[in-house]
Amino acid sequence: MDLLWASATELAGALGAGEVSSREVTEALIERAEAVDPKIKAYLQRTDERALADADAADERRSRGEMRSAYDGVPLAYKDIFVTRGITTTCGSKILENFVPPYDATVVERCDAAGLPMLGKLNMDEFAMGSSTENSAFGPTRNPWDLDTVPGGSSGGSVALVAAGAAPWAWGTDTGGSIRQPAALCGLVGVKPTYGLVSRYGMIAFASSLDQAGPITRSVKDAAALLNMAAGGDDMDSTCLKEPVPDYLVGIDRGIDGMRIGVVKEFQGEGSQPGVRARVDEALTRLEKLGATLEEVSMPSFEHGISAYYLIAPAEASSNLARYDGVRYGHRSAADDIVQMTSRTRDEGFGAEVKRRIMLGTYALSAGYYEAYYGKAQKVRTLITRDFEKAYSNVDLIVSPTSPTTAFKIGERTDDPLAMYLSDVYTVPVNLAGNAAVSVPCGLSDDGLPVGLQIIAKSLDEKTMFRAAYAFEQDLGLDERPNI
Amino acid sequence: MPLDRAAVDHVARLARLDLSEDERARMQAELTQILGHAEKIQELDLDGIPPTSHSVPLSNVLRPDEVTPSLPVDEALANAPEAEDGRFRVPRIIEDA
Amino acid sequence: MSVKEDLYETTVGLEIHVELATRSKMFCGCSVSFAGEANSRTCPVCLGMPGTLPVPNERAIEYTMKIGLALNCDIAERSLFHRKNYFYPDMPKNYQISQYDLPLCERGHVDIAGDFGETRVGITRVHLEEDTGKSVHMGGTGRIADSDYSLEDFNRAGTPLVEIVSEPDIRSAEEARVFVAELRSLLESLGVSDVRMEEGSLRVDANVSVRRSGEKEFGAKVEVKNMNSIRSVGRALEYEEKRQREALDAGETLVQETRHFDEKTGTTSSLRTKEFAFDYRYFPEPDLVPLAPSTEWVQRVRESLPELPAVRRVRLASEYGLGAADISVLTGSTKTADWFEAAAAAYGGDAKKVVNWIIADLFGLLNEAQMELHETRFTPAQLAGLISMIDEGKISGKQAKLVLADMFESGDDPEKVAADKGLEQVSDAGAIETAVDEVIAENADAADKVRAGQMNTIGFLVGQVMKKTKGQANPGMVNELLRKKLSS
Repeated sequence: MDLLWASATELAGALGAGEVSSREVTEALIERAEAVDPKIKAYLQRTDERALADADAADERRSRGEMRSAYDGVPLAYKDIFVTRGITTTCGSKILENFVPPYDATVVERCDAAGLPMLGKLNMDEFAMGSSTENSAFGPTRNPWDLDTVPGGSSGGSVALVAAGAAPWAWGTDTGGSIRQPAALCGLVGVKPTYGLVSRYGMIAFASSLDQAGPITRSVKDAAALLNMAAGGDDMDSTCLKEPVPDYLVGIDRGIDGMRIGVVKEFQGEGSQPGVRARVDEALTRLEKLGATLEEVSMPSFEHGISAYYLIAPAEASSNLARYDGVRYGHRSAADDIVQMTSRTRDEGFGAEVKRRIMLGTYALSAGYYEAYYGKAQKVRTLITRDFEKAYSNVDLIVSPTSPTTAFKIGERTDDPLAMYLSDVYTVPVNLAGNAAVSVPCGLSDDGLPVGLQIIAKSLDEKTMFRAAYAFEQDLGLDERPNI
Repeated sequence: MPLDRAAVDHVARLARLDLSEDERARMQAELTQILGHAEKIQELDLDGIPPTSHSVPLSNVLRPDEVTPSLPVDEALANAPEAEDGRFRVPRIIEDA
Repeated sequence: MSVKEDLYETTVGLEIHVELATRSKMFCGCSVSFAGEANSRTCPVCLGMPGTLPVPNERAIEYTMKIGLALNCDIAERSLFHRKNYFYPDMPKNYQISQYDLPLCERGHVDIAGDFGETRVGITRVHLEEDTGKSVHMGGTGRIADSDYSLEDFNRAGTPLVEIVSEPDIRSAEEARVFVAELRSLLESLGVSDVRMEEGSLRVDANVSVRRSGEKEFGAKVEVKNMNSIRSVGRALEYEEKRQREALDAGETLVQETRHFDEKTGTTSSLRTKEFAFDYRYFPEPDLVPLAPSTEWVQRVRESLPELPAVRRVRLASEYGLGAADISVLTGSTKTADWFEAAAAAYGGDAKKVVNWIIADLFGLLNEAQMELHETRFTPAQLAGLISMIDEGKISGKQAKLVLADMFESGDDPEKVAADKGLEQVSDAGAIETAVDEVIAENADAADKVRAGQMNTIGFLVGQVMKKTKGQANPGMVNELLRKKLSS
């Protein structure tokens, strides 16, 4: 078994069969990181010592037959947005460059409890604001498929590491597409679960009503398995749903015969690159071959998704980021008075995109503008939710391309924020309505770069989504890897 | 609607961002452009549509009034940029505007 | 030169903040107590650390509803928390989780009475929010203006705070003072807060404006802060009323501003002009889901309301026949009234005797010791016992005062104290008779005078019996016996 390219499920199987130890796996991944990370720069911080100690502990537990879970000993890495006790957590920003949290995110706690060794913290767009990871204060991450291109964002480090064979899986977060879009650009599976399914405690907030943590993996089963470990109620998060969570692996291979799949009318035609369009069309054909029926669904409100998103997300972010003021933690600039100190700290500590969104959000909420901007955007959100509800009365799932383009060149869009924002056009409506979606690889474009198919489920219907994604994945049988 | 420089300065002050001259000029242009795009939703007739402030169908999520352990003082202050006498030290407080 | 008061109309609205006496903070489990070194009752949530989230305290919500119901408010069917955004170093998140257009309680009222008659003050709203940390300003006099730097303590940050806003129905400084006193008494009876203004668990800000009588438009609204006692509320607003009247009389225009009350001088001074209104950019708190208290919950809270002060006062008047002045003193606090009622119940006799003992004697001792009635070392039953001893002639009233003073220190039973002090009044008829006979025998001339009808000499004989019995004979009994024996 090639330890670098095996799925997490395969590794778990090998560990269980005694074919390999957790230490061996971890060492192999660390070695791989040594080789590839200088090129892709996915890591902000490797935690080798911790990873090996965790691995040894896992092996020890296994020798006593006391595994914490079926995946005990399968290493994992975290987007640096998840707070990790005693381990610097920067959120891709200078303003938190030296922040060492005294607590763990719930997602981290649950994966620890499942026995997954921690490989390290991964690069991201600063405060999750971006679609290319070029907004990281610590330099961009590069796409393993083509080092001159972006891996997507904001979970760029997470996807690059997994795509490069240096981790079997990783956690990312998705506010407007930040798991799905990079997963598509790097040929991986990326899930944004239903809002409220996974606890947000310890996940540094960007836009509170949109943020969700999700798995980034090489296979659909891995994504279901990782989601199993983290999903479910948390006393520390009052927006986290309390209902019992199903086992997402059960029934995942039931196939999609008879499923009704909606194709978004408004997303047809213009907007996507021809290569993307082609792979997605082929994917639709394959879904039909597998027994699904396709129907057109009309989602007229989707047209306003980006506008609504770029008012709501920055508004919430402007408030969430107010706490970074140099008083209790993080960077502090020198100054004579508190106003000067806070203003300089934030001007020096935040990058351009973050400042832009804070300004935008503050403006959208300010006196006289609330109703026109934030207020109206919240109403558009209702329209989008209603469009989804109406569609789901006729179909089980909705599909679309994940990203209008394949990976673009580093530097290509950094001067045009609006162009950058438009890469989220297919993903943003799902965050606004709060339902679930997955991006699965559906082939390579003519430029040799990965294309992703987005499968959208209604709220709390991840099982249907996983079934379709799995059936598609198995039938497609993609076996492409980047040359790195 | 274009954003004027006074608005940029006002918002920067509200947001506590000590933007440079360059940054202010650029911000003025960029925000105008983004808001222009966002303004498309102004054309929609949204009368009678309720706003969505929460997309989870939850209400009354509360916790019982029980004490749980606090952080030890040294941990609470461990990340403090400046501390004195067990407290967070800050420069002279001036009232805003 | 005094300004004719009826030329002007005063309008006052009050904003009151109440720190709730829950065990834990509003949005995290840190303890809400006054003890502990700085920053020892904090956690990632109340320090506003990255990624942390608020979870509301159920009891705080219940207490808020309790307050709202006691103030005759409607409880909202759906209520939201909002973020109030502004930067200040004592704010861990630089936004305060508060409530905006959907508060928990609205549209209530409180009835007050005083020299001004009776009036009803509307309550606009009662809502729930979180308190900030505490700043200490260093390098100067302790005030911000002359400080070099400040130190922040977040122990208080996150304490549940209820905000009560009155309608601008208050028409004078005295009305305001009475309103605050009544509100404080009411909150205290609910057991939801310590309501100590000096400690900051009850805070009052006022908005005052004076205008010429008959004028339709309200005058400039002046906010007055830093009134740290009920008395200060009266003093500050009295000063402010006078200041505004004199200004208007002199033809000046008043500006909308915030003024700071100075305890020492009894005056207010300008803090800042309120022309610049803070832009709090309120929006619904996305980290908290809506509140929708069930009718069952609201009903349970309603049923848990204690007898409110206004109702209790009426009942005390009719049940114990007490006058307004006595009632006012006894109902100063719920615990005082409770103690009184327990003593009256234990005594069973004329409650006025109990009142007199408490007000005339016990309060003096309490004030000197800086204690509250309910902190007395002896029990209400023991006071009742003391009064009974007087009734039964076991000790005199004068002796009882000494016993009370001892009980106050020791907490012992009155019987024990009297016995220890050898103060048991001799009421044993036999013993007194012996002494009386002896005195009559030893003072034949005086006895003859009484026999002859000179009753005023009886006092001398009573005195002699008291001397013989070392002051312990029941003087009433002595007098009676002497008369009997000398009336033949």
